This record gives sequence, structure tokens and C-alpha cells, in this order.
Amino acid sequence: MNPDAHTLFLLAGAALFALGLRGVFSRAPLLQRIIAINVMGNGVFLVFITLAARVAGGKTDPVPHAMVLTGIVVAVCATALALTLAERLRALEEEKEKEEQR
Amino acid sequence: MMARVGGWFFMVLVFGGLAWGLLSLPEEPPGLAPAAHEALPRSGVSNPVTAVLLNYRAYDTLLEVAVLVLAIVAVWSLRARPATAFAAPASPMLGALLRLLLPLVVLAGGYLLWIGAFAPGGAFQGGALLGGAIVLLLLGGMLNHRVLLRTAWLKAGLVVGLTVFIAVGLGTMLAGRSLLEYPETLAGTLILVIEAAALVSIGLTLGALFFGGRPEPDPDTPKGSSRA
Repeated sequence: MNPDAHTLFLLAGAALFALGLRGVFSRAPLLQRIIAINVMGNGVFLVFITLAARVAGGKTDPVPHAMVLTGIVVAVCATALALTLAERLRALEEEKEKEEQR
Repeated sequence: MMARVGGWFFMVLVFGGLAWGLLSLPEEPPGLAPAAHEALPRSGVSNPVTAVLLNYRAYDTLLEVAVLVLAIVAVWSLRARPATAFAAPASPMLGALLRLLLPLVVLAGGYLLWIGAFAPGGAFQGGALLGGAIVLLLLGGMLNHRVLLRTAWLKAGLVVGLTVFIAVGLGTMLAGRSLLEYPETLAGTLILVIEAAALVSIGLTLGALFFGGRPEPDPDTPKGSSRA
């Protein structure tokens, strides 16, 4: 890969992070916030992978690759937990509304 | 309106700061590639990423497998779902497709596990495929609720990866080495054993996370008949 492509990927990673961060703060629905956090995380992964590709000596650095792999798995788990929490919250809110109607 | 403009301004500011920081990084940093490649012949595998994951930094991966167990414990304590939640197939076509596709998915998962020692692949990639297979099985209504309610087997599968990983770690310590410091001649085998156990746990965990809760007997069915 040429240095121009690296610059493009780094900027794309920064853009994904910034977009995701805005989403986390500006969106009210929890589902949208959870997706926004994932967009942020993917920006970080993209930056990491790009940095791994441009180390000196031409060989790709495997350490960031392994860290991104770990990161993806942890992100999946955190997302699943966040979705379950959001679902639980919704169920509790519905229960509360029903009680208030009575 | 003001808040919206403020939000976009904030976003541009964050992007600008990040872009400036990233572009001012050194063009060709030394990185850890030389060290990782130099130790590769002694790691038991020839794929540097697998060597990092399961040899040099195996401790990280041990904790990552623990995170998987933690996630499923947290999800199961928050929510219970009737085992029949996915009883109806999402589409009648799915069943016919899955009968063709599933054996191939399982085969590809096993292949990814094996090839991980030499080329891109490994327990996580293979586990992701198995997790996808479980998701498809659930969507196709092909996972009998009786299977889901055999939670003892399910739980054993969910923790087997972490258990084997810890057992290997303790084994290396008993042999007088530090945690997860494999003997050179056994490294390849031990990595494959850990990965095979982790593959099962990762696949089951991803599938169970998709199910979204602790499977419980259906409240409508009379007690006793739902347990096989």
C-alpha cells in the first residue's frame, strides 16, 4: 500500500470516531447510541490496522492486528450487554407506565 | 438549532484534533514487527498474529475469553427468555437453505481453526462462523427448545474455553515455568488445544448472546413436559 492510502485510512478512522462521538451525545434513543459507540470503535480499529501496515521494514506489525481482534470480540460482548440493558430498561419503563395508568 | 450547530462544530473539532495527531505520527515507526518475526520459529505457529494472540500475549487472550464468559453471565442475569422464543422459522426458505449451508459453515469453522497456525484464521474467526451458524439455526426455528433447556451442556460449552486455557496456564506453572510459557516442542499442540476449546466457547457465546437471555421453560407448557 502506498502512503496516500495510509493517510486516507487514518483520516477515515478519525472521521468515523468523530461521527460516532457526535452520535453518542446527540442521539436520544439508546439503540442509536449503542450503534454510535460501535462506529467510534470501528474508527479506532481502522487507525490501528493502518498503523500496523506502515511500520518500517515492510513487514506488517502483528501486535496491533491481535489487539484489534481482541477489541472486536470485546466490542461484540459489550454491545450485547448494552442491548440487554437497554431492553431491560424499556421493560421496566413499560411496567411503570402500566402502573401509573391504573 | 444552536445545539445542533454546536454538535457539528464539536464533531469537526474532534476530527481536526485527531487528524492532526494521526498525521503527525512518524511515517515509518519501528513497531514490534521485527521482534515478533524474530521469535516466530520458537512460537509453535508460523502465523505471527496467532503467535501474538496465543503465545507472546496469551495472557490478554485468556482475559478476553474471560470477558466472553462475563458477558454471558451478565446477560443471563439480566434477562430470561422462553426457550420457544425462536420456535417459528423467520422464513420457510431458511430451513431448506440451512440444510445445505450448515455442514459447510461448520466445516469452514474447523478449517479456519486449523489454518490459523499458518495463515489468517484462528479460534475467533472460526468461532464467529459457528456463532453465525447458531444464529441461523435459531432464525430457522431449527433449534428445538428442549436442546436449549439442557442448560448443563450449554453452560459446560460456554466455559470450556476458559477452563482449558486456565488449565494449560496452571500446567505450565506446575512445570516450573511462568503462566502460559509453553515448552518450545509442545507450543504448537498446546495452542491448537486451547484454540479448539475456545472455538466451541466463542461460537456458543455468540449464539447465546444473540438469543439474548437465559433460556427458561415456556410459562404456557405444563411443568415437567418441557424438560427432556
